[in-house]
Amino acid sequence: MTTFTPSTAAEVLSTVAWAAAEDSPLEILGHGSKRGIGRPQQSEHTLDLSKLTGVTLYEPAELVLSAKAGTPLAEIESLLAENGQQLAFEPLDYGPLLGGEPGKGTIGGVLAANLCGPRRLKAGAARDHILGISAVSGRGEAFKSGGRVVKNVTGYDLSKLMANSWGTLAVLTDVTFKVLPSAETEVTLAVRGLLDDRAAAAMALALGSSAEVSSAAHLPERIAARVAGGSLGSAAATLLRVEGFGPSVTYRIAALKALLANAGPLEEISGEASLSVWRDIRDCTPFADGLEKPVWRVSMAPSQGHQMLLALRMQAAVDAFYDWQGGLIWLRMEHGDPEADLLRGLVRQYGGGHATLVRAAPSHRAAVPVFEPQAPQLAALSARLKAEFDPKNILNPGRMTPAAGSATLGTATEGAAS
Amino acid sequence: MSGLLMPKPDDATMRRRDEIVADMRIIVPGEGVVDAANSMRAFESDGLTAYRQLPLVVVLPETVAQVSRVLKYCNDRSIRVVPRGSGTSLSGGALPLEDAVLLVMSRFNRILEIDFPNRTVVAQPGVTNLGITTAVEQEGFYYAPDPSSQIACSIGGNVAENSGGVHCLKYGLTANNVLGIEMVLMNGEVVRLGGGHLDAEGYDLLGVMTGSEGLLGVVTEVTVRILKKPETARALLIGFPTSEQGGQCVADIIGAGIIPGGMEMMDRPAIHAAEDFVHAGYPLDVEALLIVELDGPGVEVDHLIGLVEAIAYRNGSTTCRISQSEQERLSFWAGRKAAFPAVGRISPDYYCMDGTIPRKELPRVLHGMRELSEKYGLGVANVFHAGDGNLHPLILYDANVPGELDKAESFGADILRLCVKVGGVLTGEHGVGVEKRDLMPEMFNQIDLDQQMRVKCAFDPNHLLNPGKVFPQLRRCAELGRMHVHRGQLAFPDIPRF
Repeated sequence: MTTFTPSTAAEVLSTVAWAAAEDSPLEILGHGSKRGIGRPQQSEHTLDLSKLTGVTLYEPAELVLSAKAGTPLAEIESLLAENGQQLAFEPLDYGPLLGGEPGKGTIGGVLAANLCGPRRLKAGAARDHILGISAVSGRGEAFKSGGRVVKNVTGYDLSKLMANSWGTLAVLTDVTFKVLPSAETEVTLAVRGLLDDRAAAAMALALGSSAEVSSAAHLPERIAARVAGGSLGSAAATLLRVEGFGPSVTYRIAALKALLANAGPLEEISGEASLSVWRDIRDCTPFADGLEKPVWRVSMAPSQGHQMLLALRMQAAVDAFYDWQGGLIWLRMEHGDPEADLLRGLVRQYGGGHATLVRAAPSHRAAVPVFEPQAPQLAALSARLKAEFDPKNILNPGRMTPAAGSATLGTATEGAAS
Repeated sequence: MSGLLMPKPDDATMRRRDEIVADMRIIVPGEGVVDAANSMRAFESDGLTAYRQLPLVVVLPETVAQVSRVLKYCNDRSIRVVPRGSGTSLSGGALPLEDAVLLVMSRFNRILEIDFPNRTVVAQPGVTNLGITTAVEQEGFYYAPDPSSQIACSIGGNVAENSGGVHCLKYGLTANNVLGIEMVLMNGEVVRLGGGHLDAEGYDLLGVMTGSEGLLGVVTEVTVRILKKPETARALLIGFPTSEQGGQCVADIIGAGIIPGGMEMMDRPAIHAAEDFVHAGYPLDVEALLIVELDGPGVEVDHLIGLVEAIAYRNGSTTCRISQSEQERLSFWAGRKAAFPAVGRISPDYYCMDGTIPRKELPRVLHGMRELSEKYGLGVANVFHAGDGNLHPLILYDANVPGELDKAESFGADILRLCVKVGGVLTGEHGVGVEKRDLMPEMFNQIDLDQQMRVKCAFDPNHLLNPGKVFPQLRRCAELGRMHVHRGQLAFPDIPRF
C-alpha cells in the first residue's frame, strides 16, 4: 500500500504510466472530502493530488481562472472574492454531511463530482463552467481538451466528460474555469407555512415570472429550523433568492411580493442571514447530523419532486427538503435502510430522473448501487467509454459501477472493430 | 473545389447502389428516399458552399424506428452515413460523401411537449431554433441561444454544433440550455441522455454529444430549457478612435461586474459596409464600433446604461448613443445583423472565419490580420462577439478569379493559426467540419487527437458516421486501442510516497 503524492503533472503522468504497466489500481484523491461517496474501494495504491497545487492563471477581466487540480477550492474562492468574482455554480461542500470538516476539497474534485448549488437553476453546474483541462488517462498518456476561452467548439468536449466521472476516466492535472462577477446584492423572499404542493406551485409561479429568481428551495416544517442557526424558526419556508444590482433587486422583490401576495405570509431575508440560509441549503446542513442514516440526492423534473415524495412517505419514514424549485430532493431515510429499489422505482414512476446515495455505511454502499443504474444500452456505452480512457481499469475501479471496465480489458475497441 | 481530401469511396458500396436504394425504400416508404441526381442537387452542399458533392442517396426518415433501421442496415453493411439537419453549417459538417447515405432529419419537425411550470420544451430535431421560441412566446418565454441562422437552423443541428449566438455571454451556449436528448447510435441502438431533470446521471455524454458534429450519434429528440423574456432591453452604440480603446471598454464593463445581454464590435471596413447597406446611422469616423445591449427589468437596465456610458467616456469614446425606443434599439442592431450581406455587396464572395481569442489580444490579432491582408492582397472586415472573444473575420475574394479561393483559404488558415498562437481556438461556434479539419494539429497533439478518436470508437467503432469530418487523419479503433507499456519504469523515482 503506497501513497503517491506528486507535485507536478509530469509526476502524475509517470505514476499513472507505472500503475498501468503494473496493472495496479489507484485510488485518486484530492483532500478526500468526498471519499465516502461511491462504492467502497480497495485499491492497492493511492494517488494523492493534494500537493499538485497553485493558481496558474487568473485574469478577472477575461473571466477566466486556471489552477492545478489539487488546488484547494477554498483558496480559489477567496482569491475570486478579493476581485468581486465567484464560481457562479456555487459548489457545495460535502464535508459536514459526510462527517468531515467544512472547507475542504480541491478544484479537481469540484469538476470530477460535477458540484453545484442552489443557483443550479440559473447558473448550471461545474460542467457548464469548465473551459479546458489537462489530464492523464488510464492509458498513462497526458492529454488536453478545450482551452481558456468561453466559446470553443474545437473537437469533442472532453472537459465536460470529466464532470461527474469521479476520477474513473482520467486523472485531472489542470483545470480552467469560467468565473463571473459576484452579485452586488442578494435578498431572499420567504413564503411561510406552505405544504409541499402549494410550495411547488408558488416556486413555479415565481420562476415563471420575469423576476429572475436565481434559487428556489422549500424547507418543510421543522427542517426550516435546521438552517442558519435556527433563525428562520420552524414553520415551513419556501425561499426565493433574487440577486443583482441594488435597484434591480429591490424592484424584483417588490414584483415577487405582488405576485405571491395571496400565497401565504411573506418575509424578507437579506444580508448575512440570506447568505447563510443558502449556504446551509447548498451543503445539506439539515442532515449534517453526524449520523450514518442514509442520505439520498434525487434529481427530477421540478414539479414531480413533491409528488414522488408523497408516494414515498406512504411506504417509508423519510425526512426531506427541496432545492431547485423542487427538482432536487435531499432525503434522509429514518430507519437506516436505503430503500433503494422503492425510491428508484418511484422516481421512474414520476417522470424519471436519478437518485444518488450520497451518504451510507460502507456495507450499504457495497450492496446498493450508489449511482443510478443506467438502461442496459446506455450502461454498455458508458462502459465502452471507460475502457477507451482506462482500458486496464486502474483509475478508481468500481467506484461508480461494480463491473465498469473490468470485463472489457483490451477487448472494447478491438472487439468492436472486428 | 480546392484540394480537400475525403475518405476514398468504397467500391463495393458504389456497386450496390441500386440495391441499397431499394432497401431504403422498404425501410422508409413513400417520399422519403431521393435518388435522382437532379433532386439530390439540393443536398449537395451546406452553408459552406465552396464544397459540393452528391450523396449516394438521400433518405428522409419520419420515425425513430426508421432512423434506427437505416443506421443498423448501414452499420451491418459498412455503409457510411452523413446526418444533416437544415444544412446551415458553415464548416461543411453536412457535406455529403459519394458513397454515403445522407440522412436528412427535416421531417422530424414537431414540438412534442411544452411544460411551462418546469420551463422545458421537448422538440423533434428538425424543429428550427426560432420555431421553439415561436411555440412559447405567447406566454412570454423564449429559447436563449440564437445563432444568426435561427430562422432556418434546426435544434438537432444546434446540438451537433453546440451553437451560440449574440446572447450566449449571458445565457450560455446550446450545451448550457439542453437538458436531454434521445439519439440513435450507428448500430441502431436508441439511447436517452438526461431528460426533464436538471442534471444527467453518470458520465456527461450529453456534454460530449453537444458539439460532436454528427460523428457520434443521430439526435432524434431534444429537451431544452426556456426562459422568461426580459421585461425590457436597451442598447448603446459606442464609437472609438482605436480598437484598443474599444477592447479596454469591453474589459472595464465586465470588470465592473456587468454581463450584458449582447456585446458586439465591428471594425472600420465592417462599419462602412454595413452603413452603406442599411443606413443604420453608424458613425463613419471611428475604428471600432461597440453595441452593448442590456436586458432585464427597466430599473436595472436604466441603472446599467448609466454605468456603461460612464465607462465608455472614460475609455475615450467619441460617440455614444443610447436607444430611446425599441425602434432605435433595433436600428443599432440592423447594421450588425446585416454585416454579412453588406460585405457581400462590396465583394463578389466572402469567406467567414470563426476563431476565438482572449479578448485582451484583440488589438494584436487585428494588427496581424492587417498584415496578412496585405500579404495576400485580399481585404478583410471584422465582426466580433466582443464579450466572449469570438471573431468573425470576413475575407473578401472573387471565386471567378483563378486561385483566389485558395488564397482566401490560406489567409483564413493563417488567421486561425494566429488565434491559437495568442491562446485562442480554431472555432468558437461554426464547428470544425471539413473546413478546419486539417488545422486541428495546430491546437492538439497526436495524443490529444487520439483520445478524441477513442471517444468516437466507443460510439461508432467502424468510423461509419460522418467520416472525413473533424479529424485530419482517421485511425482504426483497433490500432487506437493498443497500449504500449513498459513494465517497472517509474520515471520519477523520487515522487514522495508513504
